[in-house]
Amino acid sequence: MIYTVSIWAIIIFLTFVAIVLGLSFYFAGKTKSAAGYYAAGGHIHWGINGIAFAGDYLSAASFLGICGMIAYSGYDGFLYSIGYLAGWIVALFLVAEPLKRLGKFTFTDALDARFNSKSIKLTASISTLVVSIFYLIPQMIGAGDLIVPLLGLPYWSGVLIVGSIVIFIVATAGMASTTYVQFIKGALLIVFSTILTIYILNNGLNLNPGDDYHKFIKIGASLEGKKVTGTTDSSYTFVDSHTLDNKFTFVRLEKQGVQRWFKLSKDSASLDEMLSVSTLEDGTKLYNGEPQAAAKFFQVGHMSKIIVDGKEVEKTGPLGPFEFLSTLENSELVRFTKKDILAANTTVWFQTPTSGKDMLSPGLLLKISSKTGATIWDKLNFFSLMLALFLGTSALPHILIRYYTVASQRAARKSTIVAIAAIGFFYILTLYMGLGASVNGVLDVESSNMSGPLLAKYFGVGLFSIISAIAFATVLGTVAGLIVASSGAIAHDFMDKFLNMKMTDKKKVRAGKLAAFGVGLFAIMLGILFKGMNVSFLVGLAFAVAASANLPSILFLLFWEKTTAKGISWSIVVGILSSVFIILLSPAMYERYGLAKSLAPIPLDNPGIFSIPLATIVLVVVSLLTQKDNKDKVENYHNNK
Amino acid sequence: MHGPAIKLDADNAAVKKSKLGVILFYAYTLVYIGFVVIGLVNPELLSLHVLGEQNLSIIYGFGLIVLAIVMGFIYNALCTRMEDNMNKK
Repeated sequence: MIYTVSIWAIIIFLTFVAIVLGLSFYFAGKTKSAAGYYAAGGHIHWGINGIAFAGDYLSAASFLGICGMIAYSGYDGFLYSIGYLAGWIVALFLVAEPLKRLGKFTFTDALDARFNSKSIKLTASISTLVVSIFYLIPQMIGAGDLIVPLLGLPYWSGVLIVGSIVIFIVATAGMASTTYVQFIKGALLIVFSTILTIYILNNGLNLNPGDDYHKFIKIGASLEGKKVTGTTDSSYTFVDSHTLDNKFTFVRLEKQGVQRWFKLSKDSASLDEMLSVSTLEDGTKLYNGEPQAAAKFFQVGHMSKIIVDGKEVEKTGPLGPFEFLSTLENSELVRFTKKDILAANTTVWFQTPTSGKDMLSPGLLLKISSKTGATIWDKLNFFSLMLALFLGTSALPHILIRYYTVASQRAARKSTIVAIAAIGFFYILTLYMGLGASVNGVLDVESSNMSGPLLAKYFGVGLFSIISAIAFATVLGTVAGLIVASSGAIAHDFMDKFLNMKMTDKKKVRAGKLAAFGVGLFAIMLGILFKGMNVSFLVGLAFAVAASANLPSILFLLFWEKTTAKGISWSIVVGILSSVFIILLSPAMYERYGLAKSLAPIPLDNPGIFSIPLATIVLVVVSLLTQKDNKDKVENYHNNK
Repeated sequence: MHGPAIKLDADNAAVKKSKLGVILFYAYTLVYIGFVVIGLVNPELLSLHVLGEQNLSIIYGFGLIVLAIVMGFIYNALCTRMEDNMNKK
């Protein structure tokens, strides 16, 4: 897709970056101690911490990923919103206060509080790193995706810019600057998402998204038996046709030297225009048969039928929040489904008329109904996803460390509630932003992640500039939190505690900064490598790894007195290995390897349903087998009860 | 040995708050499981209109989000009362 760069977008973006860097400079002078670097001194106000929680948590996955998923797959994307928010219940009711009581700077501190165990220090620091890196990848992808329309720069430069700024933020002032960046970003994201939603509702639904929206061509098909041989329009020349899955027939036609792709309609009467990207032998890519610079690869997504009070209308005018949903449910829109025609080195996106009823119920992305052919594996996949989302939040190390930035258990609890209210409100807005993007002709089929910002562009360059700058800050805030967590795992947990390097306070801070630099560089590399994947899907995997590796340990430490250090360590190891193993052999990853999804040995995209119970069983069994170790355990926790 | 980054006062209400947290956690989990089970067993139910023109997917989905917020406020109010009563100096 070719985007026109706006000078306003650049100015707002640069202003935002300047503010962030200014904050980091300001706090850098104040951050001298390890407590200041890793926990912002432990004196952040609970209200600020709550919004910073939201800023930390509402990552690229929430704003870019979920909106994109809802725009392409309707309610299935909203399932992520529901699961992500529900996960905070575990954090609030079970984890927040005890963890505040146990820990110092990191999640490893809390796990190790009763044991002083080398194996916990090692495994928990590795787990923090693995989960944070899984979470970092989608954030960097989001940054790369954003920079293309925002500044007109290539994808890799977005990843590089975010990586560099975040390394600077974290390496200068650690958790203090990170907290305020997250606070500002969290507040702005919620305010401007509300404004965007008001625009969507005020705009209502319209059959014509805009005067410049592409009018799709439909031409008559000529057939011999079931085979397409040409068209009824003599200006087109038939090139070839390809049938996929015994279901879809795609036809290549040529007109004035340009080859375009069409899909044979269900009744075999017509050929419907599609979007296509073809790769030539020399690697050149053609967009709808022409070079990218010709700008013939348009944005899509529109209503095909709008029903109000039983009658078809052209547009609705402004709608209320519930009226918007019910009108959409009664109407029909056109989504775009992707297929790869391997024999022609071409990817196509064809028009898929979808009823509003299907759009507003689960099933378009995740097959769950037996009536639509869902298998037991499809149902397990759905269950596994909902389980991982529910249990993942309170096992994310970069979220857990925010409990150490406030002064008391009461403040930890209150900031969690502020976070739940802010995040919950935002997640309700995601449904409107995603649906708004799906019907207003803004979708870039090459990147579902851009749906939210491109919807803002539909309403004006000013709003787009602000929303994009906030989205970019969204990535900055979350990546900063992840890098603080990772640097804490390396410098505080591993070097200081596990290797017992006996560092001075000053050296701990320096080690943390160096670790932040290393993790930041690694994140940049991964972001470039994983270009093109939906960020919410990837974060779903990070949740599964976190829930498998960390949650059994946290909950059993808090609620089962027989838990031992070895039980925790083995549970973490098995949780990480089993979840990562299943992910690597999943259909989604096979697609990433360039192989057919059907070849994946484990037909499950989300590992939680197996890896979480497995890690739990290992914890229980190993703990029972190593009860004698518990005689030496430190009674800190129970003394504090 | 580890410990909080800053000194915390003793909390005599910790056990009671923990019990309350577990009860509310079970209550919410039950509602959440209900949603997942409907999706697994009879997903067609989610398309049925249950409140005005809104289907069960929307009502249940929004409901889970709003319920989390409401339960959070209730939990905080009860915990704060316990702390005020049990941690008097």
